[in-house]
Amino acid sequence: MITLTINGLEVPVEKGTTLLEAARFLGFPIPTLCHMDGLSPYGACRLCVVEIGEGPKAKLVSSCTYPAQEGLIVRTASSRVLRARKMVLELLLASCPQSKTIQDLASAHNVRQQRFRQEHEDCILCGLCVRMCKEQMVAKAIGFRGRGQTRSIGTPFDIRSEECRLCGGCMYVCPACQLRCTYTEPEKAVCGGCANVSPPCVEKEQFDDMMCYMTPCVACEIQE
Amino acid sequence: MEKLRSVEEFEELQDRLVSDQDPSAPTIVIPAGTCGQASGANDLIRVAKRELLDRGLTDKIRVRITGCHGFCEAEPSVLVEPSGIFYPKLDVAKMVRIVEAVRDNQVLEDLLYVDAATGKRVEKQCDIPFFKSQVRTILARNEKVDPIRIYSFIGNGGYSALIKVLAKDTPRWVIEEIKSSGLRGRGGAGFPTGAKWELLGNQQNGQGKFLVCNADEGDPGAYMDRSVLEGNPHSIIEGMLIGGYATAANEGVIYVRNEYPLAIKHLVIALRQSRELGLLGKDILGTGFSFDIKLVRGAGAFVCGEETALMQSIEGKMGEPRQRPPFPIEKGIDGKPTAINNVETWANVPVIIADGAAQFARIGTNGNTGTKIFSLVGKIRNTGLVEVPMGITIEKVVTDVGGGAPGKAKIKAVQTGGPSGGCIPVERFDLPIDYDSLTEAGSIMGSGGMIVMDETTCMVDVAKYFMNFLKDESCGKCFTCRKGIQRMHEILEDVSDGKGTYDRLDLLEELASVVKDTTMCGLGQTASNPVLSTLRYFRDEYIEHIEKHHCPAGVCKALITYSINDNCTGCTLCAKTCSEGAISGTKKQRHVIDADQCIRCGACVTVCKFDAIEVT
Ligand SMILES: Cc1cc2nc3c(=O)[nH]c(=O)nc-3n(C[C@H](O)[C@H](O)[C@H](O)COP(=O)(O)O)c2cc1C
Ligand code: SF4
Ligand code: SF4
Ligand code: SF4
Ligand code: FES
Repeated sequence: MITLTINGLEVPVEKGTTLLEAARFLGFPIPTLCHMDGLSPYGACRLCVVEIGEGPKAKLVSSCTYPAQEGLIVRTASSRVLRARKMVLELLLASCPQSKTIQDLASAHNVRQQRFRQEHEDCILCGLCVRMCKEQMVAKAIGFRGRGQTRSIGTPFDIRSEECRLCGGCMYVCPACQLRCTYTEPEKAVCGGCANVSPPCVEKEQFDDMMCYMTPCVACEIQE
Repeated sequence: MEKLRSVEEFEELQDRLVSDQDPSAPTIVIPAGTCGQASGANDLIRVAKRELLDRGLTDKIRVRITGCHGFCEAEPSVLVEPSGIFYPKLDVAKMVRIVEAVRDNQVLEDLLYVDAATGKRVEKQCDIPFFKSQVRTILARNEKVDPIRIYSFIGNGGYSALIKVLAKDTPRWVIEEIKSSGLRGRGGAGFPTGAKWELLGNQQNGQGKFLVCNADEGDPGAYMDRSVLEGNPHSIIEGMLIGGYATAANEGVIYVRNEYPLAIKHLVIALRQSRELGLLGKDILGTGFSFDIKLVRGAGAFVCGEETALMQSIEGKMGEPRQRPPFPIEKGIDGKPTAINNVETWANVPVIIADGAAQFARIGTNGNTGTKIFSLVGKIRNTGLVEVPMGITIEKVVTDVGGGAPGKAKIKAVQTGGPSGGCIPVERFDLPIDYDSLTEAGSIMGSGGMIVMDETTCMVDVAKYFMNFLKDESCGKCFTCRKGIQRMHEILEDVSDGKGTYDRLDLLEELASVVKDTTMCGLGQTASNPVLSTLRYFRDEYIEHIEKHHCPAGVCKALITYSINDNCTGCTLCAKTCSEGAISGTKKQRHVIDADQCIRCGACVTVCKFDAIEVT
């Protein structure tokens, strides 16, 4: 067992527990975006940062990936954390305003302004889909490629992967695309496009501005 | 090459090699690292060899081909031993004359180096200001050894530090020696090497341990590691062998970027030769100590120099940093304990063991011992690789070693630490160059890039340039690193386009500090340095861009106008040069530039002989 202090409360946890798990166990809320129970932690969105250590050595770390350590002092809502969190959300909002998840997070954390140039990206590279596909669907059909600003998600060689079984798991977990396809069937929050035998997006022209991160789309096979 | 079976056999060989050397024999030393070869060293080598053959001088005069000596600007150059005479910027014809002069024991006055400050010719390399103010513990060894001949290395005392360690037979002693030398990692973070080794030595999991030499060197414009790998590959091997002995690690990896073909070639040769001689592999010199090194070629991404990304890359995965803890020292390559050190760190190890920790610690300052190699470039007279004691002031490096400003424009800052370093203004040039002072001043040591900037450098543009680099080089995993850098670049672009506002400047500062705070690896954590340091020291330049729509250095294209003044003689050269046809005027009459057509490329400024084109 390891004992650490979170917001002044001592808590014993098992070795291998993350700071996020420990904080949630104590009931301290920490917003997350790229984290999902059942998938391995990845640490991409940086929304879950908490402050550890004291004095000049204090720093922010992503709680979803950082392992609990003996004697660690953790603050989940210091002013430094809140400031960073708001900026992360502002950046997310600037890149992906259409996402319901991001909108909700932003409003829950009182982010009232967005000072960057507005973009409409269809992916924030949170990696949920990749992990879903690999760890839960055991398909490894999609992955990351590139780095920096050209980093993206896709299938090998950008062609429909033999490994993909159109389960729609990737779309289900995607925080950026939840609103994508509800546009023809607004009562459905998740379209399950991949799984849909006759997906709503077959008429390409009609839905040209519909964002889909997989080109060509694994579901509708519309070739760009 | 006969395999050596014992320490005695090695010592016999070394004694023979040392006594075979005749220090009084005239030797022509030709530096032929990548930089030397690019400027024509290969031709010099060819001519020198042919001349010696033709004149039957091969027993009298020797030629030694070595790695880079550091004074890259003067290359292709020649150093004559034992006299120490230095001839810069040579060509084939001059080489022929040098061979004759060496034969006749003469000095070619007209080919000697001219000190730009005094206008006088300097005969000996050691008297040239560039060399005089340096302490060249590592680089001077590049002059002595032929990197593709292990006997040359051994004949110069090579591998005797390893022998010393094997003879002591106490790993603990090695670690203590490195610890008391005060050596800190030269790869950037300055972590004490002895402490790192101690941690590795204490790891007991019974599955073996790794030592890694980080030769990724992704900083654009930095090449000190390359020069050591090319010029003295055996020093790295010896360093790693000593490290292996001290920490009970048996596997070594040299991770070198694929863009360094000469370094790779020399390493491959060096590894083969040391294996053949029995200095690498199983049961080294019959002592029972085994250590082998393999070479891994990196794909050349900047982020692969980060230690966890480097390990991923060695394992054949995507070069992406991972969460620490667990630290590599506990769980590294293939889950085994791993210690990673920089090329220059490894190169210092045999020096410390051979000369003693106390001797090493005498150089530099308390807490920052030894020397550091910098690649000095930019708006400075002498460019090249310079090795100086730690704690030397920036002023000394810039004026004494670098020779100060090359032209009229005044030096205003140096940028240290590579793409994620910071800019230090001239008012703070009294700052000692060490890990802690540089960090305190908002920059970093990094792996040793040093770019000198003058009044013609726009600090907004500098920050923008580095953000542009990092925008592509961030691995892209952390949202705040990937997007944050893109957004910083976007705002800087606005400022340099004259579209900046004070609000956006505040936003930039806020964003920069959040990027620093919320990213996972060193790349993201230091990516804001160029922005924050220029904002800290050169805010007035930002303000001038925003408020007056003016770029004081005359760099930001959207904010400058080119015009022609009274000096114009109407030579028409500029009009002929302008690709846009923006310059008009009749012969012998003052020309004019049409600001609407002008694309501000500056081509006219370069051709005008009369200083008639003004940038405002
Ligand atoms: C983005 C990034 C790039 C790096 N590049 C290099 C490099 O090219 N060479 C190097 O030796 N260290 C590099 N480092 C530092 C290494 O992570 C590591 O600290 C170093 O190799 C440790 O060796 P040392 O203790 O001998 O300095 C880099 C770090 C970061 C964050
Ligand atoms: S639909 Fe295809 S890509 Fe998406 S999770 Fe399922 S198998 Fe993976
Ligand atoms: S497609 Fe969606 S789930 Fe996949 S990385 Fe992008 S935002 Fe995350
Ligand atoms: S800080 Fe940047 S480079 Fe480092 S892991 Fe995160 S995204 Fe990659
Ligand atoms: S939830 Fe931890 S980084 Fe995304």
